[in-house]
Formats: sequence, structure tokens, C-alpha cells
Amino acid sequence: MESPHAINGHDPVDSLLAAAKKLADQGGIRDEIVSGIYGVSAGICSDAVTYQDKKKLGSTYKLDNIVTSKLWGFPIMLAGLGLVFWITIAGANYPSSWLASLFSWIEGYLTAGFTAVHAPAWLHGVLVLGLYRGTSWVISVMLPPMMIFFPVFALLENFGYLPRVAFNMDRLFKKSGGHGKQALTMSMGFGCNAAAVLSTRIIESPRERMLAILTNNFVPCNGRWPTLILLSSMFMVGAATTGMLRTFSTALVLMGIVLVGITVTLSVSWVMSRTALRGVPTHYTLELPPYRRPQIWKTIVRSSKEKSLNVLTRAIVVAAPAGIITWILGNVFVGGESVLNHMAAFFDPFAQLLGMDGFIIMAFILGLPANEIVLPILLMGYMSSGAMVDIEGLGSIKDIFLSHGWTWLTALNMMLFSLLHYPCGTTLVNIYKETKSMKWAVLSAVIPLGIAIAVTYLVAAAARLFGWV
Amino acid sequence: MAEAVIPLSEAVNGSTLRISGIEVQGVLRRRLLDLGFVVGNSVEVLRRSPLGDPTAFRVSNTTIALRREESSLIYGQLIGGGEG
Amino acid sequence: MSQYTVAFAGNPNTGKSTLFNLLTGMRQHTGNWAGKTVVTAEGGFSHKNHTYLAVDLPGTYSLYSNSADEEAARDYIIFEQPDVTLVVLDATSLERNLNLALQVLEITGRAVVCINLIDEARRLGIDINLKRISKRLGVPVTAISARNKIGIEALLDQIERVATGAFKAEPLKITYSTDIEQGIAELIPMVEQTIGSRYPARWIALRLLDGDHSLLTSLKARMSRKDIPVSEEVVGHGITACH
Repeated sequence: MESPHAINGHDPVDSLLAAAKKLADQGGIRDEIVSGIYGVSAGICSDAVTYQDKKKLGSTYKLDNIVTSKLWGFPIMLAGLGLVFWITIAGANYPSSWLASLFSWIEGYLTAGFTAVHAPAWLHGVLVLGLYRGTSWVISVMLPPMMIFFPVFALLENFGYLPRVAFNMDRLFKKSGGHGKQALTMSMGFGCNAAAVLSTRIIESPRERMLAILTNNFVPCNGRWPTLILLSSMFMVGAATTGMLRTFSTALVLMGIVLVGITVTLSVSWVMSRTALRGVPTHYTLELPPYRRPQIWKTIVRSSKEKSLNVLTRAIVVAAPAGIITWILGNVFVGGESVLNHMAAFFDPFAQLLGMDGFIIMAFILGLPANEIVLPILLMGYMSSGAMVDIEGLGSIKDIFLSHGWTWLTALNMMLFSLLHYPCGTTLVNIYKETKSMKWAVLSAVIPLGIAIAVTYLVAAAARLFGWV
Repeated sequence: MAEAVIPLSEAVNGSTLRISGIEVQGVLRRRLLDLGFVVGNSVEVLRRSPLGDPTAFRVSNTTIALRREESSLIYGQLIGGGEG
Repeated sequence: MSQYTVAFAGNPNTGKSTLFNLLTGMRQHTGNWAGKTVVTAEGGFSHKNHTYLAVDLPGTYSLYSNSADEEAARDYIIFEQPDVTLVVLDATSLERNLNLALQVLEITGRAVVCINLIDEARRLGIDINLKRISKRLGVPVTAISARNKIGIEALLDQIERVATGAFKAEPLKITYSTDIEQGIAELIPMVEQTIGSRYPARWIALRLLDGDHSLLTSLKARMSRKDIPVSEEVVGHGITACH
């Protein structure tokens, strides 16, 4: 820019605005500017667009009579959510165990290879038991459910259903001080909280946007789904149930977890909007776009390709180093015990109060960079802590947990903790970038953590008090 | 009969109004204009959310939901539909 | 062989991202709700002898800074000055969609208006006279269906005409009331003196009259620092927008 003026003491842009203000103050100029444009476009349309039948235009909205009706609005929403979970669980079960067996079969050959070349035990430990296992865990546990959940979700989204959810639920968000569009950013959070934090830009008011950012963590993301699915299918449904019934009850448990998340979201919004983020709800406009038949195959292919790439990248970028670190921590001994055991023992008394154990808390701490690796870290921690179990498929995971004294309470509280605890590192960085405030970034980790601790403590205390465990 | 001017929030489902005034200023006014809530334009009241609010309106061939806070500030003449 | 920049602007739910994906072959997720595109995405495509850098702006109803999205879209068109601004409109609700096209045309004549979902509109019995609209707007107007790949070649031809300068645009100039026009006339020399001739003076004068503070903030940032990229979070093929 050819600008000698930029360095002037008195900012020339400011004086420009002052001049403009003087002119504008003379009359109702602003309104005329806006309606001027609208008038012209209405003129062009009446000139160039003809409608054969105005009634036909509303036809794509007929479905709204059901989907947003008093009677069916909420039941359809819940049933839809349940159905998505059910499809995910039912569909992911087998591919997950196939992948797990495949990886453990390959591991056998890797180990054989390492033995054949007389590689030192520590190298085999770091590379095969640490890096390879960690990575393959993330892939086999995460890939199948993600490749089903997200395409199904994307279909609903492309169809145009999500804005109807925002329409149905707005009253709840308004009562809690938030914005109806928060329902949309929450839906985005099912995929990835970090991306959802960026998507809160659609909320214009800074106050309501901050609420949406602070509470987005309470929607379980990509990285937490597998933990939730796995634990609920292992511990939450009765041992007697099998097949369809089992899948169905797992879906119900997941739905319960999501509803807990929504309840916490609304409650936190309510409290925040009456304390730190006081203010009048700002204006609200929401478009309900016409329903469009999604391009089914294209959506499925694109979305599952996207997700699998995503999972694979995260597995390599985050899970691999975490696997190595966990293995090292589990195999460097200080005073007869591994560092990992020392750490777990340190957290254990506190963790027991919350109905969990030291290894679980440690897995959550080490899992800060990405929620995907919490479960693998936990398993590696357990395995390196003596009870060396050879994993063949998913069935043996439960045995590992049971051998470490797990009960349904441990599983439930780990699920609750996973749902409520602080967002992952990437999300926190995004929150900092979006809010440009260290205070809010820190609060967005501390508030959920406080809630997670309180809730798990209360659940554990109640369960023990009533002798349920 | 067509003289009755009421806020959009008072209009019953199924009725159609011609917008006669918008008592909003600033950013929201502009947003409403952007969305087609312009004096002279007609608006059809489609339906209420299951929880009673917001309300969906049909305007310029699009469906826009507004809360009572906003729709009570937009006034229109009843030109058809509804029993109100 | 030169590369042209094409910015994709449009209301939410117009299928803008679908078109963007179709042209660039990218897998950017599309969704049927307002504000889906939150991060500016970039991709490339070529047509005949030219290559193009496509930039997907957030879907917005207007450019008048109601939200961060609108600011981002506006700043890109104003400051990055793409070779072509492609305005994607929804054929089934043209009246509202045209608002945005008119706002873009106030900034730049280097624009192509692309009416998407034309097959949907025909199904609903909407007839659109493209020639008339094009004549009024003074820029090329084409009808397409991004989903079903209808009219894409013709659209690319129009983009090429505008990019290469083969098409001489005479964008529609909205004449406002006497008061406003007088204000604009008074401000234009001052704007040109202060900001230079690089940015459209009439538009800036109009926004100043309207008291658009966020535009001024952007302007100031621009003037104190040279060439900061507007889109800070660009994903895609990693080509940042520079001229």
C-alpha cells in the first residue's frame, strides 16, 4: 500500500469515521441502505422469476409437521439418537474383533522376527509391545465404530435434520441462557470437540458463544466414543444378555450417557449465565433449510474415508509416541517397582474415592493430548504391571479389567469421567485461539474436571453407601 | 377487517401477515432484513416448536425460526388464514 | 501460465461446498445447516488453459458484519481481491439470495453469479429468466446443479471470461436516496486520500455512513501492517493466498 499516512499520530481512519458519522447523523440513512438493496433484489426477482405454483414450494417441509410436532418431536429425536448408536454398536462389533485378531496375529510374527535377529528385549519392548500395540489398539478399537457412526450421522446432517433438533430444543437452551444454535455446535462435538469449538463462530453473541465453547466438552467426541462403547458393552449390560438384546441395551446405556452430557451442558450454561457470563440472551434467528435427499453412497464413502484417514493419522501421530512412553514408564524400575506403578500408586488413594484406580487416573492424565489413547494406555499400564495377558481379540480385555478388580462401578465412573473431564489438548489450544484468553482456556479445563471429580465421587459414595458394590 | 395490526408472535399457526413495521434497531434489524423480514413482504406462520417457542415462519420462500423476543417486535396486517 | 484466484461466496445451504468439492476434488465435509463451513478451505482446479485457486468462504446471508463469518468473507473479498468472486445462489429462494450477490457487486465487478439447485427449482415449478437477471446485474449469470453436475462446463467458461478480463463487467450500481448519495459523494475523496485507490471507495464510503466499525478495525490492521493474510486458518493444499 502506498501509505505515508499510516504512521501519523492521529489516525486518519478515525477521522474518516468521524466525518461519516456527522453525515449519517443527519437522518435515517442506515435503514435506507439496507432496504435499498432488498428493494432492488425484490425488483429483479419479480422481473425474472415466475412461480407456477406457490403451494408446491412448501412441499419439502411437510415432514416438519411430524418431526417438530408436540407429540413426535422429542420421541423421534431420542429414537434417532438410539438408532444411530445401535447401528454403530451392532455393526462395529465384528470388524473390531477381526482387526484385533489380525493385529495380534501380525504381532506374533513381529516378535518371532525380533527373536530371529536376536534383537535386545528392550527394543522389542519399545517397538512391538509399546509402539505397535498402542497403535494397533487405537486402530482396531476406534476405526470400525467411527466408520459407521460418522457416515450415519452425516446422512442425517445432509438430510437437514440437525436444524430441526435446534428448533425443538431451543427453549431448553434459552432457559439455560444459551443459544439454540448451541445444539448445532454440540452435534459437531460428536465428531470432534476441537472442530466444534471453531464451529461456535456461527453464534454471533460473544457471551452465548463462550457458553457453547465452555460446554462443548460434555458431548463425547470421536476419541471417547470407543471407550464408552467398549465399557458399556462389557460392564453395563447384564452378562446374561446376548445378541440383539445386548446391542440394544448397550445403545440405551450410551444414550443415557449422552443425556447426562446434555443435562450437564444445560446446567453449566445455566450457572455460568447467572454468574460469570451474565447478560441478556441476544437475538436468535435459525433457518430451517429444505430437506434434501442425501447422496447416500457419496456421503458414506466420503465420510468414512475422511474418518479412517483421521483415525489412522491420530493413531500414528499421538498413539505411537504415547505407546512408547507408556512402555518405558512401565519398564523402568525404581526401587523394585516400575515408574508406572509408582505413579499409579500415588494416584490410587484419590482414585479409589472416585470409584476408579490409580492406573485409570494416570491414563487420563497421559491421555491429555488425545482421548483416543486413554484406553490403550490403561491397558498397557495393566499389562505391564505384572498380570501379563496375551490379548487375542476383544474378549480378553474384560479379563484384564476384571483381574484388576473392576466392577460395574469402575466402568460406570470411568465412562462418566471420560464424558465430563477436561477436553483434549487440541481442543484447549483451539479454545485459547478462539477466545484469546488464558483465563477461559484454563477454566474450560478446570470446570469440567471439577464436575467430573464431583460426579464420580458422589456416584461412588452412593454406590458404597447403599452397598451396591 | 384487514386493518388489524398485530405482532407476529400473536398470530396463530397458518395465518399470513403483511409486514407493516419492525420495531428493532441495530444488528438484529439488519439480520431480519437479510432474511426477508421487510416491510411489505408477506409472512406465513408455520408452526411452534414442541416446547412452544420458537416459531417457524415462511418468508421469501425460506423457513426461518424466531423466538418470541424477536417476533413480538415485528408487526403485520392479517391478510389470510387462521381464525385469529 | 498464470493462476487465478476464485473466491466462493454464498448463503448457507446453497450447495456452495458441494460445488467447491466437485471442482477441487476435495473431501470437505458438507452439511445441510447454516454456518457449516467454519474454516476457509482452499483447493485447486483447472479449466482449459488456466489453473485456478479456489477459496471457500464461510456461508453468509450478508457481508454486513453480523458475525465473525461475515467479517471473514467480507475481508477476503475486500482485501485479498480475488480474480473472480463466485456468488453461489439457491434457485429456490432467489429473492433472499440475491441480496448477497448485490452486496458483492457493490465491492467488485469481477464476479460470476451461479444459481445452484436449478433442477430442484424446476421440479418445484420455478422459472428463472437468466438473461434478464444477468442483464440487470451486469455480470455473467449461469444456472447449475452441483449435485447432478449440470451446467458446470458453462460455469467454468464464465469464470474464465471474468478471470482473463475477456468479459467487461458493468456491475449493477444501486442508486440510493439523495441523502445517502450526497454523503457518499462527500466521503469518496476523503476515502481515496486516506486509504488509496486500491479498495473500492464508493463501497467503503457507504459502509462508513452505515457506521461499520468492524470494517474500520480491519482497515486499520491492514494499513499498519503490510500483507497479512486474511485467512489465518487455511486448510487444504497449503497454498496461502498471495498475489
